[in-house]
Amino acid sequence: MSGPWLVVGTVPDEDAGLMEGRCSLDGQTLSLNGSALPVRRGTPALLAACCAAAKTLGIDPPLGLLAGDAGRGEGSRRAYAHLAANLPGLAPHGLTFHYLFPDLAGHDKVFLCARALPRRPILVADAGFMYAAKMSGQARNYDLFTPDAGELAFLADELAPHPFYTRGFLLAGDQDAAALARRSWETGGAAGTLLVKGESDLVVLEGEVAQTIPGPRTPAMEAIGGTGDTLTGMLTALLMAKRPMLEACAVAALANRMLGQLAQPTPATPVAELMAFIPAALAQALKPG
Amino acid sequence: MKLTFGRKKRSPVASSSGERGIMAFDHTAEVIRAEAALKAAGYDVRVMGPPPDMRTGCDMVVEFALLHELAIRRVLSGVGLAPLAAAPVRAGMLEPVSLFQATDFGAWLMVRAANMKITVDKASGRIVNISGGGCPDVPALAEMLVGRTLAEAPTPAEHGHTLCSYALELAFQEARRIMGAAS
Repeated sequence: MSGPWLVVGTVPDEDAGLMEGRCSLDGQTLSLNGSALPVRRGTPALLAACCAAAKTLGIDPPLGLLAGDAGRGEGSRRAYAHLAANLPGLAPHGLTFHYLFPDLAGHDKVFLCARALPRRPILVADAGFMYAAKMSGQARNYDLFTPDAGELAFLADELAPHPFYTRGFLLAGDQDAAALARRSWETGGAAGTLLVKGESDLVVLEGEVAQTIPGPRTPAMEAIGGTGDTLTGMLTALLMAKRPMLEACAVAALANRMLGQLAQPTPATPVAELMAFIPAALAQALKPG
Repeated sequence: MKLTFGRKKRSPVASSSGERGIMAFDHTAEVIRAEAALKAAGYDVRVMGPPPDMRTGCDMVVEFALLHELAIRRVLSGVGLAPLAAAPVRAGMLEPVSLFQATDFGAWLMVRAANMKITVDKASGRIVNISGGGCPDVPALAEMLVGRTLAEAPTPAEHGHTLCSYALELAFQEARRIMGAAS
Protein backbone atom coordinates (compact mmCIF):
# COMPACT_ATOMS: atom_id res chain seq x y z
CA MET A 1 0.00 0.00 0.00
CA SER A 2 1.39 3.41 -0.91
CA GLY A 3 0.31 6.86 0.13
CA PRO A 4 1.88 9.35 2.54
CA TRP A 5 2.16 9.09 6.30
CA LEU A 6 0.67 11.99 8.23
CA VAL A 7 1.65 12.99 11.77
CA VAL A 8 -1.03 15.07 13.52
CA GLY A 9 -0.31 17.15 16.62
CA THR A 10 0.02 20.61 18.10
CA VAL A 11 2.45 23.41 18.83
CA PRO A 12 1.97 25.43 22.04
CA ASP A 13 0.95 28.70 20.36
CA GLU A 14 -2.74 29.60 20.13
CA ASP A 15 -2.00 31.99 17.25
CA ALA A 16 -0.17 29.48 15.06
CA GLY A 17 -3.26 28.40 13.12
CA LEU A 18 -3.00 25.20 11.09
CA MET A 19 0.22 24.18 9.36
CA GLU A 20 0.42 21.28 6.94
CA GLY A 21 3.07 19.97 4.62
CA ARG A 22 6.25 17.94 4.19
CA CYS A 23 8.66 18.13 7.13
CA SER A 24 12.42 18.52 7.06
CA LEU A 25 15.11 18.69 9.73
CA ASP A 26 18.18 20.92 9.56
CA GLY A 27 20.30 20.56 12.68
CA GLN A 28 17.93 21.28 15.58
CA THR A 29 15.41 23.18 13.47
CA LEU A 30 12.34 21.50 12.09
CA SER A 31 10.68 23.00 9.02
CA LEU A 32 7.11 22.39 7.97
CA ASN A 33 5.91 23.99 4.78
CA GLY A 34 8.41 26.82 5.17
CA SER A 35 7.76 27.46 8.87
CA ALA A 36 10.71 26.90 11.21
CA LEU A 37 9.75 25.23 14.48
CA PRO A 38 11.98 24.87 17.53
CA VAL A 39 12.44 21.29 18.70
CA ARG A 40 11.89 21.38 22.44
CA ARG A 41 9.32 18.67 23.15
CA GLY A 42 5.89 17.54 21.98
CA THR A 43 4.96 16.96 18.36
CA PRO A 44 7.91 18.94 16.91
CA ALA A 45 10.22 16.52 18.80
CA LEU A 46 8.32 13.55 17.35
CA LEU A 47 8.56 14.98 13.84
CA ALA A 48 12.27 15.80 14.20
CA ALA A 49 13.03 12.26 15.36
CA CYS A 50 10.92 10.87 12.53
CA CYS A 51 12.74 12.99 9.94
CA ALA A 52 16.16 11.92 11.27
CA ALA A 53 15.11 8.26 11.28
CA ALA A 54 13.54 8.51 7.82
CA LYS A 55 16.83 9.84 6.44
CA THR A 56 18.69 6.92 8.03
CA LEU A 57 16.19 4.50 6.47
CA GLY A 58 16.45 6.16 3.06
CA ILE A 59 12.81 7.19 2.81
CA ASP A 60 10.98 10.49 2.47
CA PRO A 61 10.11 12.37 5.68
CA PRO A 62 6.49 12.41 6.86
CA LEU A 63 3.79 14.93 6.26
CA GLY A 64 2.81 16.96 9.30
CA LEU A 65 -0.42 18.64 10.36
CA LEU A 66 0.18 20.92 13.33
CA ALA A 67 -2.43 23.04 15.07
CA GLY A 68 -1.67 25.98 17.33
CA ASP A 69 -3.11 24.88 20.69
CA ALA A 70 -1.84 25.73 24.17
CA GLY A 71 -4.52 23.74 25.95
CA ARG A 72 -7.90 25.35 25.25
CA GLY A 73 -8.63 22.72 22.62
CA GLU A 74 -9.75 25.05 19.84
CA GLY A 75 -6.69 24.39 17.67
CA SER A 76 -7.14 20.65 18.08
CA ARG A 77 -10.77 20.95 17.02
CA ARG A 78 -9.66 22.81 13.89
CA ALA A 79 -7.26 19.97 13.14
CA TYR A 80 -10.02 17.38 13.61
CA ALA A 81 -12.33 19.26 11.25
CA HIS A 82 -9.55 19.67 8.69
CA LEU A 83 -8.75 15.96 8.81
CA ALA A 84 -12.36 14.92 8.43
CA ALA A 85 -12.61 17.07 5.32
CA ASN A 86 -9.29 16.10 3.75
CA LEU A 87 -8.48 12.48 4.64
CA PRO A 88 -10.31 11.03 1.62
CA GLY A 89 -8.17 13.08 -0.74
CA LEU A 90 -4.96 12.27 1.09
CA ALA A 91 -5.51 8.47 1.15
CA PRO A 92 -2.75 8.00 3.74
CA HIS A 93 -0.73 4.85 4.33
CA GLY A 94 -0.74 5.65 8.00
CA LEU A 95 -1.61 8.25 10.63
CA THR A 96 0.19 9.05 13.86
CA PHE A 97 -1.89 11.09 16.30
CA HIS A 98 -0.08 12.86 19.10
CA TYR A 99 -0.45 15.87 21.46
CA LEU A 100 -4.07 16.74 20.75
CA PHE A 101 -6.85 17.87 23.05
CA PRO A 102 -8.76 14.68 23.94
CA ASP A 103 -12.02 15.81 22.40
CA LEU A 104 -14.32 12.82 22.05
CA ALA A 105 -16.51 14.32 19.35
CA GLY A 106 -13.44 15.33 17.34
CA HIS A 107 -11.90 11.91 17.77
CA ASP A 108 -15.03 10.15 16.61
CA LYS A 109 -15.30 12.35 13.54
CA VAL A 110 -11.72 11.60 12.49
CA PHE A 111 -11.89 7.92 13.38
CA LEU A 112 -15.05 7.28 11.40
CA CYS A 113 -13.61 9.16 8.44
CA ALA A 114 -10.40 7.08 8.56
CA ARG A 115 -12.37 3.83 8.78
CA ALA A 116 -14.46 4.80 5.79
CA LEU A 117 -11.45 5.19 3.50
CA PRO A 118 -11.26 2.62 0.70
CA ARG A 119 -7.92 1.46 2.11
CA ARG A 120 -7.81 1.58 5.88
CA PRO A 121 -4.65 3.38 7.07
CA ILE A 122 -2.44 2.15 9.90
CA LEU A 123 -3.61 4.02 13.00
CA VAL A 124 -1.09 4.98 15.70
CA ALA A 125 -2.18 6.97 18.76
CA ASP A 126 0.02 8.49 21.44
CA ALA A 127 -0.48 11.17 24.12
CA GLY A 128 -3.81 13.03 24.28
CA PHE A 129 -5.28 11.38 21.22
CA MET A 130 -4.62 7.98 22.79
CA TYR A 131 -6.70 9.13 25.78
CA ALA A 132 -9.57 10.06 23.45
CA ALA A 133 -9.26 6.81 21.51
CA LYS A 134 -9.55 4.80 24.73
CA MET A 135 -12.44 6.91 26.00
CA SER A 136 -14.28 6.41 22.72
CA GLY A 137 -14.47 2.65 23.15
CA GLN A 138 -12.71 2.19 19.79
CA ALA A 139 -9.26 1.29 21.15
CA ARG A 140 -9.26 -2.18 19.62
CA ASN A 141 -9.70 -0.66 16.19
CA TYR A 142 -6.33 1.06 16.51
CA ASP A 143 -3.12 -0.64 15.42
CA LEU A 144 -0.79 0.81 18.04
CA PHE A 145 -0.80 2.73 21.33
CA THR A 146 2.45 3.80 23.02
CA PRO A 147 1.68 4.22 26.76
CA ASP A 148 4.11 4.62 29.62
CA ALA A 149 3.50 2.68 32.83
CA GLY A 150 1.03 5.22 34.24
CA GLU A 151 -0.88 5.47 30.98
CA LEU A 152 -1.01 1.67 30.80
CA ALA A 153 -2.82 1.66 34.16
CA PHE A 154 -5.27 4.18 32.71
CA LEU A 155 -5.86 1.96 29.67
CA ALA A 156 -6.50 -0.94 32.05
CA ASP A 157 -9.08 1.03 34.09
CA GLU A 158 -12.34 0.74 32.23
CA LEU A 159 -13.84 3.52 34.39
CA ALA A 160 -11.13 6.15 34.06
CA PRO A 161 -11.77 8.94 31.52
CA HIS A 162 -8.20 10.32 31.92
CA PRO A 163 -4.96 9.14 33.59
CA PHE A 164 -5.67 11.69 36.34
CA TYR A 165 -8.60 9.56 37.52
CA THR A 166 -6.94 6.15 37.31
CA ARG A 167 -7.95 4.11 40.34
CA GLY A 168 -5.18 3.51 42.85
CA PHE A 169 -5.25 -0.27 42.77
CA LEU A 170 -4.18 -0.14 39.14
CA LEU A 171 -1.33 2.33 39.64
CA ALA A 172 1.44 -0.18 39.97
CA GLY A 173 5.05 -0.38 38.93
CA ASP A 174 6.66 -2.14 36.01
CA GLN A 175 6.37 -5.52 37.73
CA ASP A 176 2.66 -5.50 36.94
CA ALA A 177 2.87 -4.20 33.39
CA ALA A 178 2.14 -7.57 31.78
CA ALA A 179 -0.98 -8.03 33.91
CA LEU A 180 -2.15 -4.48 33.19
CA ALA A 181 -1.57 -4.98 29.48
CA ARG A 182 -3.73 -8.10 29.53
CA ARG A 183 -6.45 -6.33 31.51
CA SER A 184 -6.39 -3.35 29.15
CA TRP A 185 -7.00 -5.67 26.20
CA GLU A 186 -9.71 -7.66 27.94
CA THR A 187 -11.59 -4.51 28.97
CA GLY A 188 -11.34 -2.93 25.51
CA GLY A 189 -8.87 -0.21 26.48
CA ALA A 190 -5.92 -1.34 24.34
CA ALA A 191 -5.00 -1.17 20.69
CA GLY A 192 -4.04 -4.39 18.88
CA THR A 193 -0.40 -3.66 19.66
CA LEU A 194 1.00 -1.76 22.63
CA LEU A 195 4.55 -0.51 23.02
CA VAL A 196 4.74 0.00 26.78
CA LYS A 197 7.55 2.31 27.90
CA GLY A 198 9.12 1.47 31.25
CA GLU A 199 12.25 0.17 32.96
CA SER A 200 11.88 -2.65 30.47
CA ASP A 201 9.89 -1.87 27.34
CA LEU A 202 7.20 -4.36 26.36
CA VAL A 203 5.78 -5.12 22.94
CA VAL A 204 2.27 -6.47 23.54
CA LEU A 205 0.08 -8.15 20.94
CA GLU A 206 -3.62 -8.44 21.80
CA GLY A 207 -2.91 -8.39 25.51
CA GLU A 208 0.03 -10.81 25.58
CA VAL A 209 3.67 -9.79 25.87
CA ALA A 210 5.39 -10.65 22.60
CA GLN A 211 8.80 -9.16 23.33
CA THR A 212 10.68 -7.51 26.20
CA ILE A 213 13.42 -4.95 25.64
CA PRO A 214 15.22 -4.72 28.99
CA GLY A 215 18.25 -2.60 28.14
CA PRO A 216 20.50 -0.80 27.90
CA ARG A 217 19.15 1.44 30.66
CA THR A 218 19.73 5.17 31.06
CA PRO A 219 17.53 6.20 34.00
CA ALA A 220 17.88 9.93 33.26
CA MET A 221 15.87 9.47 30.05
CA GLU A 222 12.65 9.21 32.08
CA ALA A 223 13.07 12.75 33.37
CA ILE A 224 13.68 14.31 29.95
CA GLY A 225 10.57 15.76 28.36
CA GLY A 226 10.33 14.44 24.80
CA THR A 227 12.00 11.02 25.06
CA GLY A 228 8.63 9.36 24.49
CA ASP A 229 8.26 11.58 21.45
CA THR A 230 11.62 10.47 20.01
CA LEU A 231 10.48 6.86 20.42
CA THR A 232 7.17 7.43 18.64
CA GLY A 233 8.98 9.40 15.95
CA MET A 234 11.44 6.60 15.18
CA LEU A 235 8.65 4.03 15.34
CA THR A 236 6.61 6.04 12.85
CA ALA A 237 9.58 6.15 10.47
CA LEU A 238 10.00 2.37 10.70
CA LEU A 239 6.31 1.88 9.90
CA MET A 240 6.64 4.32 7.01
CA ALA A 241 9.47 2.07 5.76
CA LYS A 242 6.95 -0.80 5.88
CA ARG A 243 8.64 -2.71 8.67
CA PRO A 244 6.20 -5.18 10.28
CA MET A 245 4.52 -3.76 13.40
CA LEU A 246 6.13 -5.97 16.07
CA GLU A 247 9.58 -5.61 14.52
CA ALA A 248 9.15 -1.83 14.23
CA CYS A 249 8.18 -1.60 17.91
CA ALA A 250 11.15 -3.67 19.09
CA VAL A 251 13.66 -1.80 16.91
CA ALA A 252 12.32 1.62 17.94
CA ALA A 253 12.41 0.71 21.63
CA LEU A 254 16.00 -0.51 21.35
CA ALA A 255 16.98 2.55 19.30
CA ASN A 256 15.59 4.89 21.97
CA ARG A 257 17.62 3.03 24.57
CA MET A 258 20.74 3.30 22.37
CA LEU A 259 19.99 7.03 22.13
CA GLY A 260 20.40 7.26 25.89
CA GLN A 261 23.61 5.25 25.80
CA LEU A 262 25.15 7.37 23.05
CA ALA A 263 24.07 10.78 24.37
CA GLN A 264 24.76 10.04 28.07
CA PRO A 265 22.26 12.68 29.20
CA THR A 266 21.60 13.98 32.69
CA PRO A 267 18.04 14.64 33.94
CA ALA A 268 18.64 18.28 32.95
CA THR A 269 19.43 17.56 29.29
CA PRO A 270 16.95 19.00 26.76
CA VAL A 271 15.60 16.54 24.21
CA ALA A 272 16.94 18.66 21.34
CA GLU A 273 20.46 17.57 22.32
CA LEU A 274 19.53 13.95 21.67
CA MET A 275 18.49 14.43 18.04
CA ALA A 276 22.03 14.31 16.63
CA PHE A 277 22.43 10.76 18.00
CA ILE A 278 19.33 9.32 16.33
CA PRO A 279 21.02 8.07 13.11
CA ALA A 280 23.68 6.15 15.03
CA ALA A 281 21.18 4.86 17.61
CA LEU A 282 18.82 3.58 14.93
CA ALA A 283 21.68 2.05 12.92
CA GLN A 284 22.83 0.14 16.00
CA ALA A 285 19.31 -1.08 16.74
CA LEU A 286 18.94 -2.30 13.15
CA LYS A 287 22.09 -4.43 13.28
CA PRO A 288 21.26 -8.12 13.11
CA GLY A 289 21.62 -10.07 16.34
CA MET B 1 -1.79 34.10 41.65
CA LYS B 2 -2.84 35.39 38.26
CA LEU B 3 -6.56 35.02 37.84
CA THR B 4 -8.30 34.91 34.50
CA PHE B 5 -11.66 36.08 35.82
CA GLY B 6 -12.80 39.06 33.83
CA ARG B 7 -11.16 37.94 30.61
CA LYS B 8 -12.86 38.70 27.32
CA LYS B 9 -15.99 36.70 26.73
CA ARG B 10 -15.46 34.05 24.12
CA SER B 11 -17.42 31.35 22.41
CA PRO B 12 -18.37 28.28 24.49
CA VAL B 13 -15.32 26.09 24.90
CA ALA B 14 -16.74 23.02 26.56
CA SER B 15 -19.59 21.92 24.38
CA SER B 16 -17.81 19.05 22.65
CA SER B 17 -15.18 17.98 25.12
CA GLY B 18 -16.19 14.43 25.91
CA GLU B 19 -16.50 13.19 29.46
CA ARG B 20 -18.67 15.18 31.84
CA GLY B 21 -18.12 15.73 35.52
CA ILE B 22 -20.04 17.15 38.45
CA MET B 23 -19.02 19.62 41.13
CA ALA B 24 -20.60 19.73 44.56
CA PHE B 25 -20.70 22.89 46.68
CA ASP B 26 -21.41 23.73 50.28
CA HIS B 27 -24.93 25.06 49.60
CA THR B 28 -27.31 25.84 46.82
CA ALA B 29 -26.50 29.51 46.56
CA GLU B 30 -22.93 28.61 45.73
CA VAL B 31 -24.10 26.28 42.98
CA ILE B 32 -26.11 29.07 41.43
CA ARG B 33 -23.30 31.57 41.66
CA ALA B 34 -20.94 29.00 40.16
CA GLU B 35 -23.29 28.33 37.26
CA ALA B 36 -23.65 32.05 36.53
CA ALA B 37 -19.91 32.70 36.69
CA LEU B 38 -19.07 29.74 34.47
CA LYS B 39 -21.71 30.55 31.86
CA ALA B 40 -20.51 34.15 31.78
CA ALA B 41 -17.00 32.84 31.16
CA GLY B 42 -18.24 30.82 28.19
CA TYR B 43 -18.39 27.31 29.68
CA ASP B 44 -21.13 24.83 28.82
CA VAL B 45 -22.41 23.92 32.29
CA ARG B 46 -25.78 23.03 33.79
CA VAL B 47 -27.28 22.49 37.21
CA MET B 48 -28.47 18.96 38.01
CA GLY B 49 -29.58 16.87 40.96
CA PRO B 50 -26.65 15.09 42.59
CA PRO B 51 -26.32 11.29 42.63
CA PRO B 52 -26.95 9.65 46.02
CA ASP B 53 -23.28 9.12 46.75
CA MET B 54 -22.55 12.83 46.35
CA ARG B 55 -25.21 14.16 48.72
CA THR B 56 -23.01 16.15 51.02
CA GLY B 57 -25.61 18.61 52.20
CA CYS B 58 -26.34 20.29 48.89
CA ASP B 59 -29.20 19.61 46.52
CA MET B 60 -27.56 20.50 43.28
CA VAL B 61 -24.31 19.99 41.48
CA VAL B 62 -22.77 21.70 38.48
CA GLU B 63 -22.18 19.47 35.48
CA PHE B 64 -19.20 20.45 33.33
CA ALA B 65 -16.63 19.10 30.83
CA LEU B 66 -13.99 17.27 32.87
CA LEU B 67 -11.12 18.36 30.69
CA HIS B 68 -11.81 21.98 31.57
CA GLU B 69 -11.73 21.35 35.31
CA LEU B 70 -8.62 23.37 36.00
CA ALA B 71 -9.77 26.42 34.06
CA ILE B 72 -13.23 26.15 35.65
CA ARG B 73 -11.73 26.03 39.13
CA ARG B 74 -9.79 29.18 38.29
CA VAL B 75 -12.95 31.01 37.25
CA LEU B 76 -14.65 29.90 40.47
CA SER B 77 -11.69 30.97 42.55
CA GLY B 78 -11.98 34.40 40.96
CA VAL B 79 -15.46 34.78 42.43
CA GLY B 80 -14.52 33.31 45.79
CA LEU B 81 -15.93 29.81 45.25
CA ALA B 82 -14.33 26.44 45.93
CA PRO B 83 -16.21 23.21 45.19
CA LEU B 84 -16.38 20.59 47.91
CA ALA B 85 -15.81 17.74 45.46
CA ALA B 86 -15.64 16.95 41.76
CA ALA B 87 -16.06 13.60 40.02
CA PRO B 88 -16.73 12.13 36.58
CA VAL B 89 -20.43 11.62 35.94
CA ARG B 90 -20.11 8.21 34.35
CA ALA B 91 -17.71 6.79 36.91
CA GLY B 92 -19.41 7.88 40.09
CA MET B 93 -16.97 8.94 42.78
CA LEU B 94 -13.67 8.24 41.12
CA GLU B 95 -10.96 10.04 43.05
CA PRO B 96 -8.14 11.93 41.35
CA VAL B 97 -4.79 10.24 41.60
CA SER B 98 -3.29 11.14 44.95
CA LEU B 99 -0.09 9.09 44.89
CA PHE B 100 3.27 10.79 44.41
CA GLN B 101 6.55 9.20 43.42
CA ALA B 102 9.86 10.91 44.09
CA THR B 103 13.03 9.71 42.33
CA ASP B 104 16.43 10.85 43.54
CA PHE B 105 18.90 11.31 40.66
CA GLY B 106 21.70 12.62 42.90
CA ALA B 107 21.91 16.28 41.94
CA TRP B 108 18.32 16.22 40.69
CA LEU B 109 14.94 15.27 42.10
CA MET B 110 12.05 14.02 39.95
CA VAL B 111 8.50 14.11 41.34
CA ARG B 112 5.63 12.33 39.62
CA ALA B 113 1.89 12.83 40.10
CA ALA B 114 -0.42 10.73 37.92
CA ASN B 115 0.98 10.99 34.40
CA MET B 116 3.14 14.11 34.96
CA LYS B 117 6.76 14.44 36.11
CA ILE B 118 8.77 17.51 37.11
CA THR B 119 12.54 17.43 37.65
CA VAL B 120 14.40 19.98 39.75
CA ASP B 121 18.05 20.78 40.36
CA LYS B 122 18.39 20.20 44.08
CA ALA B 123 21.08 22.82 44.66
CA SER B 124 19.31 25.74 42.97
CA GLY B 125 15.66 24.69 42.98
CA ARG B 126 15.62 25.28 39.23
CA ILE B 127 13.16 23.27 37.13
CA VAL B 128 15.23 21.45 34.51
CA ASN B 129 12.67 19.20 32.81
CA ILE B 130 8.96 18.39 32.59
CA SER B 131 7.85 15.11 31.07
CA GLY B 132 4.78 12.94 30.67
CA GLY B 133 1.23 13.95 29.93
CA GLY B 134 -0.61 14.16 26.65
CA CYS B 135 -2.71 17.32 26.57
CA PRO B 136 -1.53 20.25 24.48
CA ASP B 137 -0.97 22.62 27.40
CA VAL B 138 1.90 20.43 28.67
CA PRO B 139 4.44 21.75 26.11
CA ALA B 140 3.20 25.30 26.75
CA LEU B 141 3.62 24.93 30.52
CA ALA B 142 7.04 23.34 30.08
CA GLU B 143 8.20 26.38 28.13
CA MET B 144 7.00 28.66 30.95
CA LEU B 145 8.48 26.65 33.81
CA VAL B 146 11.75 25.09 32.65
CA GLY B 147 14.72 27.26 33.58
CA ARG B 148 12.95 28.95 36.49
CA THR B 149 13.16 28.06 40.15
CA LEU B 150 10.25 26.52 42.00
CA ALA B 151 9.96 29.76 43.94
CA GLU B 152 9.81 32.12 40.97
CA ALA B 153 7.99 29.98 38.39
CA PRO B 154 4.27 30.53 37.79
CA THR B 155 2.25 27.60 39.09
CA PRO B 156 0.76 25.27 36.47
CA ALA B 157 -2.67 26.05 37.93
CA GLU B 158 -2.29 29.67 36.82
CA HIS B 159 -1.93 28.87 33.11
CA GLY B 160 -3.09 25.29 32.58
CA HIS B 161 -6.41 24.19 31.13
CA THR B 162 -6.55 20.41 31.39
CA LEU B 163 -6.28 17.48 33.78
CA CYS B 164 -2.65 17.00 32.73
CA SER B 165 -1.87 20.51 33.96
CA TYR B 166 -3.81 19.77 37.15
CA ALA B 167 -1.58 16.72 37.66
CA LEU B 168 1.49 18.86 36.94
CA GLU B 169 0.28 21.34 39.56
CA LEU B 170 0.18 18.53 42.12
CA ALA B 171 3.70 17.40 41.18
CA PHE B 172 4.90 21.04 41.29
CA GLN B 173 3.47 21.59 44.77
CA GLU B 174 4.87 18.28 46.00
CA ALA B 175 8.32 19.23 44.66
CA ARG B 176 8.01 22.55 46.49
CA ARG B 177 7.05 20.72 49.66
CA ILE B 178 9.98 18.29 49.44
CA MET B 179 12.48 20.99 48.54
CA GLY B 180 11.14 23.23 51.29
CA ALA B 181 11.45 20.45 53.82
CA ALA B 182 15.02 19.74 52.70
CA SER B 183 16.23 23.33 53.00
